[in-house]
Amino acid sequence: MIKLEKRPQPSQAWTYLTPLLAVVLTMVVGGALFAWLGKDPLVAIKTIFWEPLFSEFAFYYRPQLLVKGAPLVLIAIGLSLGFRAGIWNIGAEGQYIMGAIVGAGVGLAFYPMEAFYIFPLMVIAGAFGGWIWAMIPAFLKVRFGTNEILVSLMLVYVAEQLLASMSLGLLRNPEGMGFPGSRNLRDYASAHNAELITGTGMHWGVVAALIAVIFAYVLLNRHMLGFHIRLTGEAPRAAKFAGVNPSRLILICLGTSGALAGVAGLFEVSGPAGQVSIDFNVGYGFTAIIVAFLGRLHPVGILLAGALMALTYIGGEIAQSKLGLPAAAIQLFQGMLLFFLLTVDVLTNFRIRLAKREVA
Amino acid sequence: MTGTLLTLNGLTKAYPGVVANNNVSFEIGEGEVHALLGENGAGKSTLVKMIYGLVKPDSGQMTMRGQDYAPVKPSAARQAGVAMVFQHFSLFDALNVAENIALGMENPPKMGDLASRIKEVSETYGLPLDPYRTVGDLSAGERQRVEIIRCLLQDPKLLIMDEPTSVLTPQEVDILFETLRKLSAEGTAILYISHKLEEIRALCDNATILRLGEVVGDCVPRDTTARDMAEMMVGSKLHVPERAGGDIGPVLLELNDLTVASPAEFGTALKGISMQVRSGEILGIGGVAGNGQDELLGALSGELPTSPGTIVLEGQEVGNLGPVARRKLGLLTAPEERLGHAAAPDMSLIENAVLTGSVREGLENKGFLKWGKARSFAETIIEKFDVRTPGPGNAARSLSGGNLQKFVIGREVLQRPDVLVVNQPTWGVDAAAAADIRQSLLDLAAAGAAVICISQDLDELMEISDHFAALNEGRLSDIRPAKGLTVDEIGLMMGGAHGMEVAHV
Amino acid sequence: MDFSSINPVLLLASLIVAATPLLLAAIGELVVEKAGVLNLGVEGMMITGAICGFAISVNTGSPVLGLVAAALGGAALSLLFALLTQYALANQVASGLALTLFGLGLSALIGQGYQGIKPPSFPRFDIPLLSDIPFIGPVLFTQDFIVYLAFFLTLGVWAMLKYSRAGLILRAVGESHDAAHALGYKVVRIRVIAILFGGACAGMGGAYISLIRVPQWTEGMTAGIGWIALALVVFASWKPWRVLLGACLFGGINVLQLNLQAAGVAIPVEFLAMSPYVITIIVLVIMSADRSGAPASLGKVFHAGN
Repeated sequence: MIKLEKRPQPSQAWTYLTPLLAVVLTMVVGGALFAWLGKDPLVAIKTIFWEPLFSEFAFYYRPQLLVKGAPLVLIAIGLSLGFRAGIWNIGAEGQYIMGAIVGAGVGLAFYPMEAFYIFPLMVIAGAFGGWIWAMIPAFLKVRFGTNEILVSLMLVYVAEQLLASMSLGLLRNPEGMGFPGSRNLRDYASAHNAELITGTGMHWGVVAALIAVIFAYVLLNRHMLGFHIRLTGEAPRAAKFAGVNPSRLILICLGTSGALAGVAGLFEVSGPAGQVSIDFNVGYGFTAIIVAFLGRLHPVGILLAGALMALTYIGGEIAQSKLGLPAAAIQLFQGMLLFFLLTVDVLTNFRIRLAKREVA
Repeated sequence: MTGTLLTLNGLTKAYPGVVANNNVSFEIGEGEVHALLGENGAGKSTLVKMIYGLVKPDSGQMTMRGQDYAPVKPSAARQAGVAMVFQHFSLFDALNVAENIALGMENPPKMGDLASRIKEVSETYGLPLDPYRTVGDLSAGERQRVEIIRCLLQDPKLLIMDEPTSVLTPQEVDILFETLRKLSAEGTAILYISHKLEEIRALCDNATILRLGEVVGDCVPRDTTARDMAEMMVGSKLHVPERAGGDIGPVLLELNDLTVASPAEFGTALKGISMQVRSGEILGIGGVAGNGQDELLGALSGELPTSPGTIVLEGQEVGNLGPVARRKLGLLTAPEERLGHAAAPDMSLIENAVLTGSVREGLENKGFLKWGKARSFAETIIEKFDVRTPGPGNAARSLSGGNLQKFVIGREVLQRPDVLVVNQPTWGVDAAAAADIRQSLLDLAAAGAAVICISQDLDELMEISDHFAALNEGRLSDIRPAKGLTVDEIGLMMGGAHGMEVAHV
Repeated sequence: MDFSSINPVLLLASLIVAATPLLLAAIGELVVEKAGVLNLGVEGMMITGAICGFAISVNTGSPVLGLVAAALGGAALSLLFALLTQYALANQVASGLALTLFGLGLSALIGQGYQGIKPPSFPRFDIPLLSDIPFIGPVLFTQDFIVYLAFFLTLGVWAMLKYSRAGLILRAVGESHDAAHALGYKVVRIRVIAILFGGACAGMGGAYISLIRVPQWTEGMTAGIGWIALALVVFASWKPWRVLLGACLFGGINVLQLNLQAAGVAIPVEFLAMSPYVITIIVLVIMSADRSGAPASLGKVFHAGN
């Protein structure tokens, strides 16, 4: 019989090894899944993980890595702060949408004026949109003790309806011949989040993601606030004893993650997506949850995990077109990754022992 | 005594890194009150768990009335006639008395019948209980009655009691002993676990003494001095804390009609507490668990803010300040629960040093942490308080209870507090560490600090306190000089017998 | 605007249809939470049940087999959650989210090729005599048997929790797993059984949506009903009858907003469509003060240790 035995303290080695082990296990089981779907598992795995980086069309795919990775990392960094403190914002998708709507709305309000300050204003507005959306669950939790998990998630559905309403109404392109969707911001220079270096996929969102990683790293390792965040997650009572104000922490963590999700939405809508439309959101807010955990809630880990997850997105699309692998298989693949990670995580805190059967 | 009830033969149980029980053998006779005596960590709990079927021995056998006895689970032990009153209660706060009792029985009768049997038994043995009350609302003593009645309803042959008196006032202890003597006279054997020597001398027929998992001696307690038993238990002469006898100075901390609601669902509110503590003084606050101790500590630490004037520190109103501001002004605290309250289990000792030390030790600068300085502060605590650990980078949970408690107390003492409040400073700590901790509190007071020591260990309070008061249902008794107080007086301050009566059998 | 198109009998009958999947999922989750486990994967288990039930119904032509398959599918997914949280001791919040993400992907994969198909229809079950009562009859007693099943399940859960020893043990485990362990109860085993029950209920709830309420298969068709079911357990303060009441309330809101959409009320469609979610939030806020029924060990990891 297998027995778990608590380690006197968390294992350093397993902290780093578990994400790798989870990826390997996911590849094995995912490969079996692909085989069951009638695809050659080795080819499928290679298509997903190898082709975007090293095939002859890699010059096209590599920039996509940054484009897809940036919002994932931005959102996941924000989420990880809350998750560390035991504050569960799972409505980043909604905050992402609201950031896009508010940010794009501010940009479109200036149309067709050209000015250098329009884009920075849009970034601020995008952060504000995400922030205010996250402050709803934060405020309700602080004031009434309402469960933030459910509220933040319900607000995703509300945001999706608002997005539909905006695409069909207030923000609809007056010259769009009645089609839903706003003006394309790519055609509006002052509001366009253009590539900074052509052909690299590098846009302001990527820069913001890198800044967020560095910021989070310093915060968690060097600053009292980061210490309090970690302390609250590890031992809430000890945190109160240390003098942490739980309400303030909830407001900060939810607010920060909302603002980061909001700017991620703004960078997306003003760049890669181009316009506010009904199907603007593609689930980055949820995938970022996987990214945050896969990166073990550590800023550098999240950066790597974001890159890996972006790879599965792009590789998945290639596998879809080349091998006819269903899109859902990739979604499942990503879910599996989180599953395996949570499973093997037990190794960090526990030793596995084979023991003779005994009375528990 | 008619014969042998339970025989333990060579019981051994090892956990990784520690042998909890090594070749333990002894016998318990029918109707005998047998004491199992030992320090914290001597292996008493593991032994009892083996008898109760919660843990399986690695080797060794047990026989009951000559038959092999090897319970694979507690229900098997209960069926064989073994019942147990737990030290940390095995009760469910949100359920009522009858439901709690039903959960501990193999074949409980219908709820209505059970309730009337509970009433009947509780009255017979002088342990009044209302079967329909929610257990969370009961006092610690009443909760113990629930456990005892749960055992009695099963007509046990052997009743195991794990440190039963730690939650009782002296008057309640007397009544409990009456009940136990009656049970013993009716033929029920009792395995009585304790480290309180006088109790064992008053109650038990025989004693087995455990040290570091091994039997180190047997004795008849009535014929053995407490001192001899203590030496068998500890293995060496005890260091008795010394008082330097500093002068009592000006008032440092004053509480004025402090009234606070409890944040916990089944907690106790503080009601109108007023007191003064002076420089150089140790004020001992006794009382049975759950009478407002946690709340008092929380109110003083700043976790439960109140109105400004109710707490005055050196002339300054601090009732509305948070923990950090109070620390800055010199009011430090150490809560009862080491893991999860006083320290974060999974964090290193360095990080745990930052937990309360950041302000007074200058471990931060404009919010940025100075890890180098924090490390040396942690190292100082480890060195000065003899904390046994491989290094400050180790997680708090890897330390033994005594060592972690020394770290926690050391962390506060070394910050040179003006006022230090500690709750249960030596709970679950081995005798040597406990003596060290008490000595450090005495030294701190001698150096001019005011110390409030909240504890349920009356011996400890009598040893170190200048003044004594007791908490009872959230109210504080009069404060009286500790010297010359009798056990009876202390008991009455703690609330007396709380309505318990002597058994009617 | 034309309110005359809203027929109160049909409205109430469809209220019950809308309430049933919520009731099923929420009553299952209530049992899980009473055992001290917070499974946030209800949405994932529902959608998995929805596709399992749909696929088996279509392939076998038997909706009853489909319902059984849905229960099994939901339970199978919840078994993953049980392994994760009870044996690998993973965080319950994270595991529940993983379950939902995984379930959404899994259902989408299985559901390939089932889009646009109509499932075999479920037999309606008119209770003799009672169904002839005017107004009440057509509302309450001419439903399909899953509606009655959900009702009796609620009744059963209520009776079990209140009167049976099994219910007492379940509550005890949720209240304090350490005390329950000390008394010799198998905490992990009891919790796994509760989790499986919750998964089966959620699966059936999902199948009710894909087989009866809609009835067809589209990806992500549960659209947050699993999350609303979670909110419902809080709303009900962990009391079965209040779950029933809450399910009817939410079912009613949903049916009403759909009817208002159809009637062409001057409120934009999107705002009507978001109303169930907004109302869920409002209700959560109102109810969050009362945690009296919440099991004390809810969401905490249990490890027997030494």
